[in-house]
Amino acid sequence: MGFFLEALFAGLMSGVLYSLVALGFVLIFKTSGVFNFAQGAMVLFAALAMARFAEWLPQWLGFESALLANIVAFLIAGAIMCVVAWLVELLVLRHLVNQSDATLLMATLGVAYFLDGLGQSGFGSGIYTIDVGMPKDPIFVLESVFPGGILLNKEDLIATVIATALVGLLTLFFMKTTTGRALRAVADDHQAAQSIGIPLNRIWVIVWCVAGGVALVAGVIWGSKLGVQFSLSTVALRALPVIILGGLTSIPGAIVGGLIIGVGEKLSELYLGPLIGGGIEIWFAYVLALVFLLFRPQGLFGEKIIDRV
Amino acid sequence: MFYRENGQLKTSYQADQQIFPIAQDRWAIIGLVLFAIVAVPLLANEYTFSAILIPFLILSLAALGVNILVGYCGQISMGSGAFMAVGAYAAYNTLVRIDGMPLLLALLSGGFFATVVGMFFGIPSLRVKGLYLAVATLAAQFLSDWAFLRVPWFTNNSTSGSVMVSELQMFSWRIDTAVEKYLFCLGFLIVFAVLAKNLVRSAIGREWMAVRDMDVAAAVIGIRITYAKLSAFAVSSFIIGVAGALWGFVHLGAWEPAAFGLDRSFQLLFIVIIGGMGSIMGSFFGAAFIVILPIVLSQTLPALGNLVGFEVSTAAISHAEFMIFGALIVWFLIVEPHGLAKLWSTGKQKLRLWPFPH
Repeated sequence: MGFFLEALFAGLMSGVLYSLVALGFVLIFKTSGVFNFAQGAMVLFAALAMARFAEWLPQWLGFESALLANIVAFLIAGAIMCVVAWLVELLVLRHLVNQSDATLLMATLGVAYFLDGLGQSGFGSGIYTIDVGMPKDPIFVLESVFPGGILLNKEDLIATVIATALVGLLTLFFMKTTTGRALRAVADDHQAAQSIGIPLNRIWVIVWCVAGGVALVAGVIWGSKLGVQFSLSTVALRALPVIILGGLTSIPGAIVGGLIIGVGEKLSELYLGPLIGGGIEIWFAYVLALVFLLFRPQGLFGEKIIDRV
Repeated sequence: MFYRENGQLKTSYQADQQIFPIAQDRWAIIGLVLFAIVAVPLLANEYTFSAILIPFLILSLAALGVNILVGYCGQISMGSGAFMAVGAYAAYNTLVRIDGMPLLLALLSGGFFATVVGMFFGIPSLRVKGLYLAVATLAAQFLSDWAFLRVPWFTNNSTSGSVMVSELQMFSWRIDTAVEKYLFCLGFLIVFAVLAKNLVRSAIGREWMAVRDMDVAAAVIGIRITYAKLSAFAVSSFIIGVAGALWGFVHLGAWEPAAFGLDRSFQLLFIVIIGGMGSIMGSFFGAAFIVILPIVLSQTLPALGNLVGFEVSTAAISHAEFMIFGALIVWFLIVEPHGLAKLWSTGKQKLRLWPFPH
């Protein structure tokens, strides 16, 4: 039982991290109808910027404090993501208004390739570390209930707290601020929003900035866990089933979907893996999402899809 | 001046319905095919065959398949690499496990198994569409990556995980030189291109296009959506499967699952976008573009770098390639969503009037 719970918690925590990436997808899809395939590339790009600036700044300016370097690097990376967001809107999205979903999807695929190339030629293509002082040592909880207790990773625990806080912040931002209300209006109906004077272009830049910020946080957390390298951009691929499961337009869906996928992956690897060979994590999530789609095409919390001629 | 159809009057339905109704087009294509069969083997060298021409032929073939599904039927697929893998491994297994299996039949069986798998993964398309479907097809990709890496049966229990086809023999023809390989692939490409061209202008092709343009409306006018979608998946994955088998057998010779990874799927999608969605001609343009661009870049970038006194490493070239591909995709989608094929037909349209303004 303790073993099962341990896997369950590990799954839940990696699920939160998936949710974090999935959140970036959902934010952009909700407001601009763009399925942003570049989210993974943005995570990599942001993490690379963060890792490299944290390394470069002390050298350039000649100070020692790692904390200061991290904070400044985080701010610079955030600023860079905003510039990226602005450029994407200016150079790509603005010209593709009213195009089909598929066209937009492929355009973001192009953006993803571009960002992958740019990030690696600008910041280098090696393996870098982000050290934000996360404790690596595991802790044991519930020792009184189970013999030996349950092994938890402190790092994961902190990541979970950060992710939860971010989700809470985003919800507040969406529900309580004027900008948030404008974003929701755009999500509901582009034309209606525009007709009451909400500037579409600015809203899109804001949304992409927010998504860039989410990518940065996800990049920092994943990066400090796994190291910053090219494979980080595949984290987004692992988050795709999450939004399929949760529904493309739902923020709670991204969170619940992430948890389900995280737990499903860990448990399947644990119990199903030995039966049919290891490494089933990556496709298990997809197959789970696929089977789910057959019964509920719009995902768990997605809006019902209505076709009109 | 020389390219116009004045005076070419059609006197029968047959003449009206031929693939190239304009005589100049017909002669140009016949000339091109003859050139490819006769002149190219005389002119090209070993390197051109193995690095440019053979990949170009096989990728064109695969792109034909992808174009039928994505361009004609409008079902975005990101699992094309998986169908290529299924084709390659199925062909390999039939060849190795059945004694005296002819090469041609093994390659076609690769196509057949790819069809079965393709139709299976096409089933979600009946329930979901658009973006959801695109993600669903990724399931095929990851499942195939895993299966061919982890299940030893597929690789005939090879210890290294890679499989190899040592000798290609069709009837009494041993295909071992680059020229022979080229002609072998060319034969496949010509047959499938004619088949595909005829399919897309037949009743079933029109059904695909109706489903692509608006599936609800298509259903209302009596098109069977299930049949149209699944047949598009079937035809497309058959062609992709054969292309995959050729890629493994003829181009690579020995291969691992990584040869048919997600990057391959994206590459095929890019070929279709750049070449032109919903155009047979476009598949060829796109494949040529994708095969030649990296070679051109790796030749010119270091030279350009030297010009400004800057050493360009191979890593920098591959990153530049990423950026240029990405930028090109976006540029094409914005400026010319119908790809190179559209530029080609616009050019032809202009040529018909030239040199007069109207």
